[in-house]
Amino acid sequence: MQRSNTYIIIFSVVLTIILGGMLSIASVGLKPLQDKQVELDTKKKILGAVTDISTIEDPNELLALYDQRVESIVVDFEGNIVETNAKGEPIVAEKISVQKNYRMKPEDRVYPVYKFKAEDGSIDAYVFPMWGNGLWDWISAYMAIDKDLNTVRGIAFDHKAETPGLGERITTEVIQSRYVGKEIFNDSGELESITMVKGENNTGLSIHEVDGMAGATMTAKGVNAMLDQYLGCYQPYIKKVKSEGNKVALTQ
Amino acid sequence: MSTETIEKTEVKEEVSQPAEAMLSKRRRKILSDPLNEDNPITVQVLGICSALAITIKMEPTIVMSIAVVFVIVFSNLIISLIRNLVPGRVRIIVQLAVIATLVTLVSEILKAYYFDMYKVLGAFVGLIITNCIVMGRLEAFAMANKPYDSILDGLGSGFGYAWIILVVAFFRELFGSGSILNFKLAEIGLDFQTNGLMVDSIGAFMVLGILIWIQRTKTGYVEH
Repeated sequence: MQRSNTYIIIFSVVLTIILGGMLSIASVGLKPLQDKQVELDTKKKILGAVTDISTIEDPNELLALYDQRVESIVVDFEGNIVETNAKGEPIVAEKISVQKNYRMKPEDRVYPVYKFKAEDGSIDAYVFPMWGNGLWDWISAYMAIDKDLNTVRGIAFDHKAETPGLGERITTEVIQSRYVGKEIFNDSGELESITMVKGENNTGLSIHEVDGMAGATMTAKGVNAMLDQYLGCYQPYIKKVKSEGNKVALTQ
Repeated sequence: MSTETIEKTEVKEEVSQPAEAMLSKRRRKILSDPLNEDNPITVQVLGICSALAITIKMEPTIVMSIAVVFVIVFSNLIISLIRNLVPGRVRIIVQLAVIATLVTLVSEILKAYYFDMYKVLGAFVGLIITNCIVMGRLEAFAMANKPYDSILDGLGSGFGYAWIILVVAFFRELFGSGSILNFKLAEIGLDFQTNGLMVDSIGAFMVLGILIWIQRTKTGYVEH
């Protein structure tokens, strides 16, 4: 049946208001839950990179463990600790969007560092967040380096839209465990990073190489570039901590 | 006076008479047709895109199935309820708006309660909007039928879609990843070489092709 233009316009406006209203209510109503999920997810990834958390089911227990064992600081490109931003407001490491910073020049970014403490309070491992481009969209990582600042303790990858079953596999335990025990510096102390090679089931991998993912070479390239870039950015801080560690060792 | 009242009651009876059984033969047919003889994927060949994309593993496929059933049923219901109000000239946009709203709701709820699943399915949930099955049912059925029938039709089409993609996902996960519902078969001694082709969309095409072949041999359906 043919209806007047006025009817159509009024109908569309009313429909838009109703549907838009529903969506706004849902969005606002679910926001706190979603934020908590994101926060939990971030802390889970930080902890997951250093320690086995698969037995912890309760989210609150996880958050408590995080508060107890993780200390966060923020460093700049020179490796100096930053406490306030340009406006003089304090910076909280967990609130830093690595994704937003990724678009800035490496020199202008601030870098969160998470120190994982052992039961006795001494530093056990360092967790470095990273960001990069995969094949389709962003990829990210939390890389945990042992207290020797060379050996990889663990790594937790994340991604937005890597191909399910192919590039998406970077989030699986199988792929992530390949990084464990690899080293980021070579014997002469230069940054070597860790490279994911092409193809699966490679033999004779060096201490700086991990096995690849069949069908996901482009994702692997993104992962390699991300590790290269961010380890480079964290290098000044790592060197600084290392030399300070040496000084402490000498004075003792 | 008296004749008027008699007439009125007669009319009332006429209206209430066609109240057919909740699951009459006709309604059972609405529900069961899309499961087999008029399956949205294998016969109507709709919704192929998502059938290829999300069937690598069974777990996300199950979530996707639930999401699609939810969206089809409720969009069918809503459109059927307002079918007499919708101006014919903008009906497609209205249908799209309803679908998009429901899909966004599903996506938001997943993000709030099943964050891990949201991360896996994220992009694909949004693509339910473009799943031709949903819009196809709205345009072909809900625009011309009563709400209850439309719900049945939505359930039928939704489950018709769901069982096909679940079967595809089962075989793809079995041969592509060597597992069923993330349970590695290698753990119970069934260790075999997995096939990388199955992880690719090509694997879905092959499984789907075989399914269509079997089904059409049985039902004798021929494309004209």
